[in-house]
Amino acid sequence: MSGISILHLHEVTVSFDGFRALNELSLDIDVGELRCIIGPNGAGKTTMMDVITGKTRADRGKVMFDQNIDVRRMSEPDIAHLGIGRKFQKPTIFENLTVFENLELSMKMDKRARTSLFAWLDDEARDRIADTLRLIRLDGEAERQSGLLSHGQKQWLEIGMLLMQDPKLLLLDEPVAGMTDDETARTGELFKSLAGKHSLVVVEHDMAFIAQLGGMVTVLHEGSVLAEGDLATVQNDQRVIEVYLGR
Amino acid sequence: MKRTPFIVRFFGATPKRGWIAIAIAAAITLVLLPALHLLVPAGSPFHVSAYVITLVGKIMCYAIVAVAMDLIWGYTGILSLGHGLFFALGGYAFGMYLMRQIGRDGSYQSDLPDFMVFLDWKALPWYWTGSDSILWVLILVLVVPALVALIFGFFAFRSRIKGVYFSIITQAMVFAAMLFFFRNETGFGGNNGFTDFKRILGYSITAPETRVALFALTAAMLLATLVLGRYLVTSKLGRVLAAIRDAESRVMFIGYNPLYYKLFIWTLSALLCGIAGALYVPQVGIINPGEMSPANSIEIAIWVAVGGRATLIGPVLGAFIVNLAKSFFTVAFPEYWLFFLGALFVGVTLWLPDGVVGLWRKLRDKRKQGSAA
Repeated sequence: MSGISILHLHEVTVSFDGFRALNELSLDIDVGELRCIIGPNGAGKTTMMDVITGKTRADRGKVMFDQNIDVRRMSEPDIAHLGIGRKFQKPTIFENLTVFENLELSMKMDKRARTSLFAWLDDEARDRIADTLRLIRLDGEAERQSGLLSHGQKQWLEIGMLLMQDPKLLLLDEPVAGMTDDETARTGELFKSLAGKHSLVVVEHDMAFIAQLGGMVTVLHEGSVLAEGDLATVQNDQRVIEVYLGR
Repeated sequence: MKRTPFIVRFFGATPKRGWIAIAIAAAITLVLLPALHLLVPAGSPFHVSAYVITLVGKIMCYAIVAVAMDLIWGYTGILSLGHGLFFALGGYAFGMYLMRQIGRDGSYQSDLPDFMVFLDWKALPWYWTGSDSILWVLILVLVVPALVALIFGFFAFRSRIKGVYFSIITQAMVFAAMLFFFRNETGFGGNNGFTDFKRILGYSITAPETRVALFALTAAMLLATLVLGRYLVTSKLGRVLAAIRDAESRVMFIGYNPLYYKLFIWTLSALLCGIAGALYVPQVGIINPGEMSPANSIEIAIWVAVGGRATLIGPVLGAFIVNLAKSFFTVAFPEYWLFFLGALFVGVTLWLPDGVVGLWRKLRDKRKQGSAA
């Protein structure tokens, strides 16, 4: 671990009509870390990502990015510009645009409307898109309409879109859902190669995938952290077993 | 640094065909039809009557509105059911000028427009100041619809009002505006609106030359709207708009603020409608609050749906098909027109989701496959 914090949540609470989706949640992610987050349904995993990316406002608590940037009052696009990329549970791509155009729009650049009106792609940008296409193994599909891709390919395209943003922190909500075993294994390799350069937070249910990633695991339950440690430690924790198996 | 030539981007792989299409359209509307109206004697079978010139001119104004609607609905996925407001505002703004051009030739031989004399007003209201100047009125035509759209759009889009809620609010907006313009005290002629125009820039408004000039101006504006539309939808901004239509949350999380993109295309769309309204009023000779009736705004959406959403030529075709049918029906079977319009909309929604252009593309692909096999 580098020991330098990229993301620091301190006693974050979010309630919806009295239900506490997050209950004084505290969490620290270091620069370059690959962290897995597990927990039963309703544990607050997706709400946590919503709070970090500005979709949901925290009622109380601190959300600090890159040590001293408070993101609690910032808008989604501004948070994206800071360098936080997010992949949704359900693949969310621009179905009517081509694979190439999906990556083009995601690229890190000036994203104001008046710039977009006169923008065009230079060679450097085309090279970057070509590199990403190879990385996500869609180089043969560049001009294909993205809505026609298979489910696994859509997941990869969305990951590719995230990489085009060149974010410091990637939040990945169930990235391998619906992938074949082979695709899952390749995704695992990709994430491991990204760790170090980027920080990754992966929410998953697939224990084999988490074992492959091999990072620290945080267990969420009822909106706060129940246990933290490597996968073996967490899996042998009595409270975790109770939560997952019921009493 | 390789930059895709603008022309190639513009017309795809066959730039020549695009230019030829534009040249033909310009030749017909800017030269052929005007010449057949002005130069060919009325008895000749080749003479184009004033009725046809006015009808086609009117429909070209509608076509501009349809293309403007398509930019916001077809390409960005925001259905407005209040576009009639922007059209009417442009029309009213220009109508003020036409009212002032009547001068003392009205029924009451007053400097004031007739309806003001009738209301016993002694002077023009403050907002009529400068309405005798064509320059000032043209500014109003451009600024008023755009400003109303900008303010409305800012609050609606900032509050993230979307989908059917947005459509309903725009419908309510146009309805409220209609009620406001119905009032005599509003100062725009109440339910009669503006009519009995005599002159434009000093020329008689019914003279064939004036008619043809307005007709050609409308045709040029329609072509310009199509070229502008083509530029927009092939630009990166156009792709961001399509992305907003497909997955707005993803657009935000990759760092675009949809508010400014939506606001830009929404305001531009309103501006184009305002210009169309200003061209419409002198050709048709009347503007009244009926233009703001909710049904009129819904009809705009039907033109676009019939022609084909997210294609630029589709809305133009749709405007012509529906309005030519309307001209025929309202004369032949006036009581069945609305039934026909409703049936057309249901039919297109069920069987032609991509409109006439979609149908044409499907047939073309089928023929290609047939000849390949």
